Amino acid sequence: MASLSIEHLSTTFDRGRVKAVDDVSLDMPDGEFLVLLGASGSGKSTLMRTIAGLERPSSGAIRIDGRLSNEDPPRKRNIAMVFQSYALYPNKTVAKNISFPLEAVRMPTAQIQEKVKWAATLFGIDELLHRKPRELSGGERQRVALARALVRTPSLFLMDEPLSNLDAKLRHSARREFKRLHEQTGITTLYVTHDQVEAMGLGQRIAILNKGQIQQIGTPHEIYHEPANTFVAQFMGSPPMNLIPDGDWLLGFHAEDAWLPEGETPAGQHALPMEIQQVERLGSDALIYGVLPASQTEVILKLPDRLAGGLAIGASRTFCVPDSQLQRFDLRTGLRARN
Amino acid sequence: MHATSARHPGRKAGVYLATALFVVFSALPFYVMLITSFKTQSAIFSPDANPFWFSGPPTLANITLLFGQTQFVQWLLNTVWVGLAVVIITLLLSVPAAYGLARIAGSWGETLGIGIFLSYLVPPTLLFIPFSKVIAYLGLQNSLWALIVAYPTFTIPFCTWLLMGFFKGIPRDLEEQAMIDGHDRLGAFVHVVLPLAMPGLMTVVVFAFTLSTSEFIYALAFVTHSASKTVSIAVPTELIRGDVYHWGPLLAGALIASIPIAVLYTFFIDQLVAGLTAVARD
Amino acid sequence: MTARTLSQGQRDTLLAMSMVLPAILYITLLLGIPIVLAVVYSLNDVTTGSPVMRYIGLENFIALLDTPDFMRAVGNTFLITISTLLGVLVLGTIQAELLVRPTRGKWLIRFLILLPWTAPASLSAIAWLWMLDSTFSPIDWVLRGLGLLGHPGALFGDFDNTFWLGRSGFALFSIILVNVWRLLPLGTVIILAGLNGVPRDILEQAEIDGAGYFRRLFHIVLPMLIPVFGVTILFTFVFVFTDIVTVFILTRGGPANATQVLPTLAFFTGVQGGSLGRGAATALFLLPVLAAVSILILALIRRREI
Repeated sequence: MASLSIEHLSTTFDRGRVKAVDDVSLDMPDGEFLVLLGASGSGKSTLMRTIAGLERPSSGAIRIDGRLSNEDPPRKRNIAMVFQSYALYPNKTVAKNISFPLEAVRMPTAQIQEKVKWAATLFGIDELLHRKPRELSGGERQRVALARALVRTPSLFLMDEPLSNLDAKLRHSARREFKRLHEQTGITTLYVTHDQVEAMGLGQRIAILNKGQIQQIGTPHEIYHEPANTFVAQFMGSPPMNLIPDGDWLLGFHAEDAWLPEGETPAGQHALPMEIQQVERLGSDALIYGVLPASQTEVILKLPDRLAGGLAIGASRTFCVPDSQLQRFDLRTGLRARN
Repeated sequence: MHATSARHPGRKAGVYLATALFVVFSALPFYVMLITSFKTQSAIFSPDANPFWFSGPPTLANITLLFGQTQFVQWLLNTVWVGLAVVIITLLLSVPAAYGLARIAGSWGETLGIGIFLSYLVPPTLLFIPFSKVIAYLGLQNSLWALIVAYPTFTIPFCTWLLMGFFKGIPRDLEEQAMIDGHDRLGAFVHVVLPLAMPGLMTVVVFAFTLSTSEFIYALAFVTHSASKTVSIAVPTELIRGDVYHWGPLLAGALIASIPIAVLYTFFIDQLVAGLTAVARD
Repeated sequence: MTARTLSQGQRDTLLAMSMVLPAILYITLLLGIPIVLAVVYSLNDVTTGSPVMRYIGLENFIALLDTPDFMRAVGNTFLITISTLLGVLVLGTIQAELLVRPTRGKWLIRFLILLPWTAPASLSAIAWLWMLDSTFSPIDWVLRGLGLLGHPGALFGDFDNTFWLGRSGFALFSIILVNVWRLLPLGTVIILAGLNGVPRDILEQAEIDGAGYFRRLFHIVLPMLIPVFGVTILFTFVFVFTDIVTVFILTRGGPANATQVLPTLAFFTGVQGGSLGRGAATALFLLPVLAAVSILILALIRRREI
C-alpha cells in the first residue's frame, strides 16, 4: 500500500522536441483507484511508464510512499504492472509465470508455492497452472497477468488498457472483477484507458489528459457534470456535450438534458429552435441531429425513443434545456465559468 | 533488458570495451593486411618489426608490383565478368521460378520450394570431381565459361528461395486488381509485381555476384590456366610460388579484392538475414 | 495455346510450369548429372589415368573405413564443425547482446564486424596465413612483447614462434579459430534479428517483476531465441562441415594429416591423387550426415512455435 505523488513531472523525447508529459502534478492517496483517461497520443501511457520507471522524466519528482523514486529502476519501486498485451512469458507455464516475480526476489520455494496457489485461487485459474500462455483464451491470459501482478503485494498497481484486447462481452464482467478486486485488496491502482465508459465505471477519480497535460482531475460526477473546460466537456458523454456560441461565451448542455415541451417554452428553460436533419432510433434512445438556424450550430439531442415518433426530417421544432443544466464556457480560453 | 538505457556509466564503459574487443577481433587481420601492403620488403621480412604500424616510410612498391607485374588486373576483370554473367543467368531463371512457385503453384509449389532450398545445401565439395568431367565433356575446361555455367547451380537455388519470400510479401490484391484492370497474369507480374520487387531483385543481384566472386572450389578444379583465373583462386595460387610467399603483393591483392565485395555485401545483409530467419517461420 | 478454352486455374498452372521449368531443368541437369556421376564413380574403380571404369560395388567405401587417414579426416571434420558451432553460438550471443543497442558509428562497426563473413573466404584465409605464420606472425610478436613467448618457461614455449600451423594441436586450434572468426558475423546477425524479435513489453514486464539482467537473459530471452539458434546451427554446420577453403589454404591438411578434413581429403585423393572413385566416395560421406542434420534441425525449428 502506498501513496503516489507526482510533482511537475515532464517527460520529453527527441531531445526535448516532443513533450509527451507536460508539467503534470497529481496526488494519489493510499488505496485510491485513479483512472488516466485520454485519447491516443495524450500522454497517458507515457505518464504511466514514467511512473513505472520505464521512461526517464526530464524534470519533476515521483514520490512513491513519500520516497523520491526518480532514480530507482523499476524493480526497486515495488510496483506491479499489467500491459495491454498481458506480456505473459511464452516459454513458461502459468504457474511459472505467476511465480516469476517471487523467484526474482529469491523467496523460499515453499512460500512461493503457497502464494501461487493463493493467487490462482483468487482468480479462478487453478486448473490452468500447467498450461502455457498460447493455450489460453484472452480472458484467461488476463487473469494470469493479474495473478502475477498481485502475487507479491505491490505498493502500486499500474494497468495499461487491460480491457482493450477483450471481446465486448468480456469487458463488462472484467470491469466488475477489477472493482471487486480493488475493494478486496485495497491496493493503490493507476488505470490507463481511452474508453470513457470504463473510466466512469471504475475510477474513484478520473484524470483527463490531452497533449501531455492534465485537463481535469475529479470524481466521475465532477468530470461529467462540472467539466473544467470545453475539452473535457466534449471528451465525455456520448454524444459529446453540445456547445452553442452566445456572444463571448459558449453555452454547453448534455444531449440528454434536452426535451420537447408540448407548447410554448416554459419558464426557466432555454429555448432551442432547430431544424431536424436526421433522426436515429436506437431502441432505448433516439438521437436527433439538427441545426440551430440562428448560429448555424449543429447539435445532437438525445430523447427517449418513445417520444421521438412524431419527429420528421426537415421539420422545425423548438426543444429546450433547463437553465440549471446549462454550463457556460469562455469562448477564448475554453474554461468553464463558475455559476 | 534494453528497455531502460544503461544507467550506470560503469556498465556503459564495459559495453564499449567489449564491443571494441569484438571489432578488433574481426577487423584485425584486414588492418594488418592494409599496413603490410604498404611496407617495404625489408620491413615485412623482419620478425621483430612492429606488424601493426610502419617502421620505415610506407611504399607503393607492392601495389605497383601487383598491378604491373602480375595478372592481377586480368584476374579482377575475369571475376567481374563471371559475376555479371552469373547474375544475368540467375535473374533470368530464378525470378520467374520464384514467382511461379510463390504464387501460382499452390501446394506443389511449397514442396518444390523446399526442394530447391535443400539443393542449395548440396556441397560443391561433393560435386566438383564429377562436375569437372561434365565441364570437360562440354569442352569448357580452363575457360571462364565453365564457371559461368557452374555457378548458377548454387545461385539459382539460393536466389529463388530468397525471391519466393519477397514475392509472398507482395499482397495478392494488387495483382488481382491489375487483372481486373485488364492485364493477364503474366502482365500483372511484369507491370505490378516486378517493380514492387525491386529491393528483392537488387538483393539477388548482389548475392549472385558476391557468391560467385567468393567461390573457390569449382574455380580451383575447373580452371588451371593462369590468365583465366578469378581473383579468389588466383591470389592464393599464383602469388605463392612453392615456398616463396611474396607477402607484400599477396596481402595487397587479397585486401584489394576483398573490400569492394565486402562493402557490396554489407549493404544487403539485412535482406539475407530476413531470408535466413524465414526458414524458421515457414 | 487456346486460352479461351482453359480456365483461369488451368492457365495459371500452365504459366507456373513454364516459369518454373527453366530453373528446374538447369538444376536437374547441371546438379543432377554430377550427383549421379559422383555416385557412379564411388561405386567404380576409376582413375584419371585409365579410361576404363570397373564396377567394384562398395569396395571404395569399405576400403576407406580401413584407412586411418580417412577415419582421422572424419574425426577432424566433426571436431572442427562442432567446436566452431559452440564458438559461434556463445560468442555470437555475446556480440549480438552488445550490438542490440543503437550506438553512434553503427554502420562502421557493422561493416567491420561483418568483414570476416563478407570478404571472400580464400582471401581472408590468406590474411590468417600471415597472422599465423611460423616466422612473422603478428600474434607471436604481441606474445613476445608480453613475455608469454620466446624465453624458457614461457606460456607459449621458449621458441621465438608458436608455429600455429605447424604443430598438430595448434593447427587444429587455428583452423577452428579461423572458422569461428569467419562464421561469427553470420551467427551474430541472425541472433541479433532474434533479439530484436523479443517483444519489448515482455522485457519491460520482466524488469518490473523484479528480474535483473542475467535473470532476464537466461529465463526470458534465451528460451525465446531457440528457433534462431536452430537457424544459426543449421547454416554454420552446413558451411563448416563442407568447407574446403580454410584447411586448403592454411595447412593443406597438414601437418601430416593432422587437420585433414573430408572435403580436402576428397580433393587430394581425387584431383591430385587421380583416384576418382576414392575421391568421390570420400566426398559422398558428407551427404548422409548433412542431410540428416539439416532435416533434423529444420524439423526441430519448425515445431517450436511460440
